[in-house]
Amino acid sequence: MSESCDVSRRGLLGAVAAFGAVSLAPGVMLYARSADEPVSAKVRWGMLVDTTQCDKDCDACVEACNTEFGLVSHGRPDSDPQWIRKLTVTDPSTGRSQSFPVMCQHCAHPPCVDVCPTGASFKRADGIVLINRHICVGCRYCEMACPYMARNFVHENLTDQKPYAPRGKGTSEACTMCVHRVDAGGTPACVEACSKSGRVAMLFGDLNDPNSEISKRVRSVNTTQIRSDLRTDPGVRYQGL
Amino acid sequence: MTTPITYHTIDGRNAGTWVVLIGFILLSALGGLAALYMEHNGHWVTGMTNHVVWGLPHVFALFLIVSSTGALNVASIGSVFEKAPYRPFGRLSGLTALALQAGGLAILVLDLGRSDRMVTFVTYYNFSSIFSMNVILYSGFFGFVIFYLWTMMDQRMGHMYRPAALFAFIWRLILTTGSGSIFGFMISRSAYHSTLVAPMFIALSMSFGVAMYCLVMLWLNASTGRRYPSPELLRRLRILLAILVGVSLYMVLVHHVTNLYVAERRDVERFLLVDSGIYAPLLWIGFGLLGSLIPIFLVLSPAGSIGSAKATLGLASALVVLGGNCFMYVFIVGGEAFPLELFPGKILSSAAGDGAIASYVPSLPEIVLAIGGYGVAGLLLVVGLWAFPMLPSSFAAAEQKAEAEAKVRATAAH
Repeated sequence: MSESCDVSRRGLLGAVAAFGAVSLAPGVMLYARSADEPVSAKVRWGMLVDTTQCDKDCDACVEACNTEFGLVSHGRPDSDPQWIRKLTVTDPSTGRSQSFPVMCQHCAHPPCVDVCPTGASFKRADGIVLINRHICVGCRYCEMACPYMARNFVHENLTDQKPYAPRGKGTSEACTMCVHRVDAGGTPACVEACSKSGRVAMLFGDLNDPNSEISKRVRSVNTTQIRSDLRTDPGVRYQGL
Repeated sequence: MTTPITYHTIDGRNAGTWVVLIGFILLSALGGLAALYMEHNGHWVTGMTNHVVWGLPHVFALFLIVSSTGALNVASIGSVFEKAPYRPFGRLSGLTALALQAGGLAILVLDLGRSDRMVTFVTYYNFSSIFSMNVILYSGFFGFVIFYLWTMMDQRMGHMYRPAALFAFIWRLILTTGSGSIFGFMISRSAYHSTLVAPMFIALSMSFGVAMYCLVMLWLNASTGRRYPSPELLRRLRILLAILVGVSLYMVLVHHVTNLYVAERRDVERFLLVDSGIYAPLLWIGFGLLGSLIPIFLVLSPAGSIGSAKATLGLASALVVLGGNCFMYVFIVGGEAFPLELFPGKILSSAAGDGAIASYVPSLPEIVLAIGGYGVAGLLLVVGLWAFPMLPSSFAAAEQKAEAEAKVRATAAH
């Protein structure tokens, strides 16, 4: 019985893969990966955030993330889960202020992975940084080591978890770049929500594919990585900073 | 002809021993209950957050772990550096080191989000993690010190005494380097990331550890009625403590001055040294004045000019321990309270608290857990003193023997 379920699930995913390209957002074409197909280093998933298009009063990306993963506030912002947050940056010398989303930067050289004592923090071949909650001991060293304040610790009891993104009290967690969607050929919830809001401030795609929209954009416009001086090589880039 | 050194255990029939033992059992049990409470409810019941990730339990734990390696100083000075007056007290030094290390590790382990997965530290291993390396270093420390104690206590193992002492000494230096590097390797936080942190921790471990050892020894002096330490060791310990506290103060000073010289770190230094509500007073008054300058003054003052030599050593040691915990609080919690600088020089704000100084107030459960670590250390110490002959029955005889042996070795060397 379970075998047939598995087969049918594989069949569905295979069918999605067989259909090939799926149009997900304007200018974005992604490919679904079958469950049997290993993650490939030929791909490097990344994001481009156009800060000039991001409205400081819009938090569609934050709402989408919270909904996607069932993240609820307990009225304790310092310990509540915040996988993505709207950051306002003001230059004190000019007064120029910008607001844009910050989440796990999915670094090529992630400090969280380096410091994790059990290897629970890991980077997939395609650049997505994840946490294996089964072997995370909750030491929080990754939280200490992350220069982007992207990691959270689950401080509360959890209920009504999403089957595609199980969480665990007493373990660390962070943005997964909606890996469950990406592996099925989709885009992260925040990018989708941003697109639906009409602003299109976020772009997701394969940084290694020279023909992808994101690659073309990062080639043609000036983009920066947060704390690029640390040489962690984040997969999330920002335009207009 | 000198009398052989004889060692004895503490008196198990003494009511005082039982009171102390029960006291430490209660502290340990309360610490365990606090950990269970935190585990059951989640860490929101503590003062720790996603900003101040490591709190009071880590302050106490790190102090105990760091001072543990320093508590081995007395044994190392007697064996590796062949200073005869220290040798009779080497066993106590080794036992104290083990007890403090175990107490510190107990806090760390019980504060984990998933303490039940402790075995994962062994079954899964990340060689790029300094934390993982520390797991090996902690285990090795126990192994080396236990073996070292064995060579001290078993005549048949006497030929291994010197090698064991040397390995334990080298290992304790590596271990403290590892403890410091947990912070020193951290690129994310400007308060920590420095090559000076590891040597600073070694210096601090020396002073904290000797202070803890002195407190243990003076407690045994009071509780057993024996005259610990010997007059010669007392004189030496006073000078040693002054030197080690002075070196620690110097290293902390150099650490902060180095950071002040780096423009990008001036903000965090200003925060820690001047602007912060609690951290600056804890560092200047708690560590600098009470934990360093006053203890140096106390132990360097002519014996008997302020109080008895033992009393001033005890007071100085207690102040060093107090100052040491103040330092650890400022170093760990203060370093976290200062906001991460995602865009150095810019003003940040967000619903997640970017750009703001993080607040931290330890809750009762984590305070109890932190103190419970001292309970575990004390419990192991008392049990060890009860089970094994750790205390020299006659330090005078022991000193004579040790000095005679040292002379023989010196003559042989020439």
